[in-house]
Amino acid sequence: MDVLRITTSGSVDDGKSTLIGRLLYDTKSITQDKMEALQAASKRKGLDFTDLSLLTDGLIAEREQGITIDVAHIYFSTPNRKYIIADTPGHFEYTRNMVTGASTAQVSLILIDARKGIVEQTYRHFFIACMLRIPHLVVCINKMDLVEYDEARYNQIVEDFQQLLPGSFYDGKEVKCIPISSLYGENVVTRTEKISWYKGLPLLEFLEEIQFDRNDRNHPARFPIQYVIRPKTEQFHDFRGFAGKIASGSFSVGDTIVSLPNEQKSKIKSIEKFGEQLQDAHAGESVVITLEDEIDISRGNLLVKEGQPQPEGLREVKAQICWMDQNKLTPGKTYLLQHGPTRIKSKVQQIVNVTEVTTNRIEEKTEMGLNDIGRIVLKTAQPVFADKYEINPANGTFILVDEFSNATVAVGFIE
Amino acid sequence: MSSIQWQFPRALEDEAIYILRETAAQFERPAILFSGGKDSITLVRLAQKAFYPGKIPFPLLHVDTGHNFPETIEFRDWLVETLGLELIVRNVQDSINQGKVKEETGKYASRNALQTVTLLDAIEELKFDACIGGARRDEEKARAKERIFSVRDEFGQWNAKMQRPELFDMLNGKINIGENVRVFPISNWTELDVWNYIREEELAIPSIYFSHEREIIERDGMYWPFSPYLNTTEEEVPFRSKVRFRTVGDMTCTAAVLSEADKLEDIIEEILAAKISERGARIDDKRSEAAMEKRKQAGYF
Repeated sequence: MDVLRITTSGSVDDGKSTLIGRLLYDTKSITQDKMEALQAASKRKGLDFTDLSLLTDGLIAEREQGITIDVAHIYFSTPNRKYIIADTPGHFEYTRNMVTGASTAQVSLILIDARKGIVEQTYRHFFIACMLRIPHLVVCINKMDLVEYDEARYNQIVEDFQQLLPGSFYDGKEVKCIPISSLYGENVVTRTEKISWYKGLPLLEFLEEIQFDRNDRNHPARFPIQYVIRPKTEQFHDFRGFAGKIASGSFSVGDTIVSLPNEQKSKIKSIEKFGEQLQDAHAGESVVITLEDEIDISRGNLLVKEGQPQPEGLREVKAQICWMDQNKLTPGKTYLLQHGPTRIKSKVQQIVNVTEVTTNRIEEKTEMGLNDIGRIVLKTAQPVFADKYEINPANGTFILVDEFSNATVAVGFIE
Repeated sequence: MSSIQWQFPRALEDEAIYILRETAAQFERPAILFSGGKDSITLVRLAQKAFYPGKIPFPLLHVDTGHNFPETIEFRDWLVETLGLELIVRNVQDSINQGKVKEETGKYASRNALQTVTLLDAIEELKFDACIGGARRDEEKARAKERIFSVRDEFGQWNAKMQRPELFDMLNGKINIGENVRVFPISNWTELDVWNYIREEELAIPSIYFSHEREIIERDGMYWPFSPYLNTTEEEVPFRSKVRFRTVGDMTCTAAVLSEADKLEDIIEEILAAKISERGARIDDKRSEAAMEKRKQAGYF
């Protein structure tokens, strides 16, 4: 059984919570007690309808203000697959939480209110989906009931949206548009007569069909070492295993590996999972690898395969970053660069530019504040063995950690 | 649809093992918060897998309220013995004796909220910097908001509005002395995922999860296990019935469900057909709409 991760985004009041509520309701994932609690809470708030957003706005502050502040993770299953929805906030001031929720998604679902069409937030969400290179993009044009299910209106919005595509990550890729009404559950899980002019699949059926080819399995092999297992027990006296999750590609028993940064070579003796011996293992799998030679490897080393393109040891990192901290980025200040399990001191050398994400305009700026997205250059104390994000996303990102506050202040995509 | 079609998604196991290894690598003294329930039993299996053939590099910490089901304690001791684990127990009764907390009174008295103080004291005494818990985001709406590495201040408080962004699978466990991190490796699992995992891995679980006959009383439309810890009124007369528990907390805050399910397959079928959520049987969650969030702010796991 596979897991499909979706991020939903949209502007305030475009019906995002209702859509999620509808998906859960129609897949029978809301139990009776939760439904009753929702009805009671809606009544207490003086509403004359059941407010499904109360289902996902889990924090007191969110319910008070009626807005989503932080990501909620929501789950439902069909017999076919398990779905994880990262429900992200729509407000600009929580852009960092949008990026947080979107970072693991295979599908970006953008909602548009049929009455309003494309709004400022649509550009922002589209920009984030492009920046993260989320493989699939689905645009739900919601509240079709409020525009009398007008086909022309729908076509106009689709056309407007397509204007965004040329030159973007989604240029030439399939972008799915679906007319829906979350309030009445039309085209969400079931089809509707009212939108008979739409010949495509309803949202859930479309999600069920998405083939997310694990591209990361075709990329060059990368295995960051998380932990060295040395039991020193009688039974496993000489056992020395390297534990980690394969970031990309595949490894097989007998492969010649190179350990970075020390560039030592050896052959894979075994690949194990809780005592089970595997012949090979692929991206996403947590395994233990043993080698034929006793070479010096510890946490933070990266195993790659001989004969495949190897990542360059970067001393100067050029990256697009999203700044996520209240304190501004300070050029010249050192931050810890965390790339997989490795933490390396780094210094911000230069802010190259900042992008105004709603217009895609690039501006030269000397500072970056909360929610800004821009390009920087970092100098690192030791080489970083990363790939370019566009070539191998699994080995192409990092976070910056403030040494004093310990906060995660930025996420970066290596260019 | 038959439960047999529902398989456990193995990607979730890979993710949980990754999180456990990060915890072992990033912290000095992590511990597994062990209640004897299905989620913490699952954590123990995942930790075995993460470090095999090495031993689990964390002790188990059980905060014993003194109101546990005897079957759970029996199971706990059996598991620890069988797997050769290190178990640390701290008792809520001690916190009561020290005057740090006060026993609740009345019909709904429970030690559930009191255990937070015992937990925080144990963390301070034993200098744990990471506590691994079996909480899942699908359980409750405040939990749905929590990060996998959830930083707590020196008073154990969760600040929901100040959470660190968590991107891709990069986990930032850097903290100051006195703070600690609650780690949730099975955040992305659902109740059904846990049951399917238990079935596929053939894990042993306490007998109270399976249908059995026991004394119960009916209160507020729920079936409460009858025990010396429950303050009953004269009208509340215990009777015997076939029940099981969906979640294992204290005998004073966990309601039973009427059930004939005595096999894992039947339990899974029952959950698939259930109209009531798992925490619908947790009396502790019913105190207010924000009961869980408020407890978490106070340091609850």
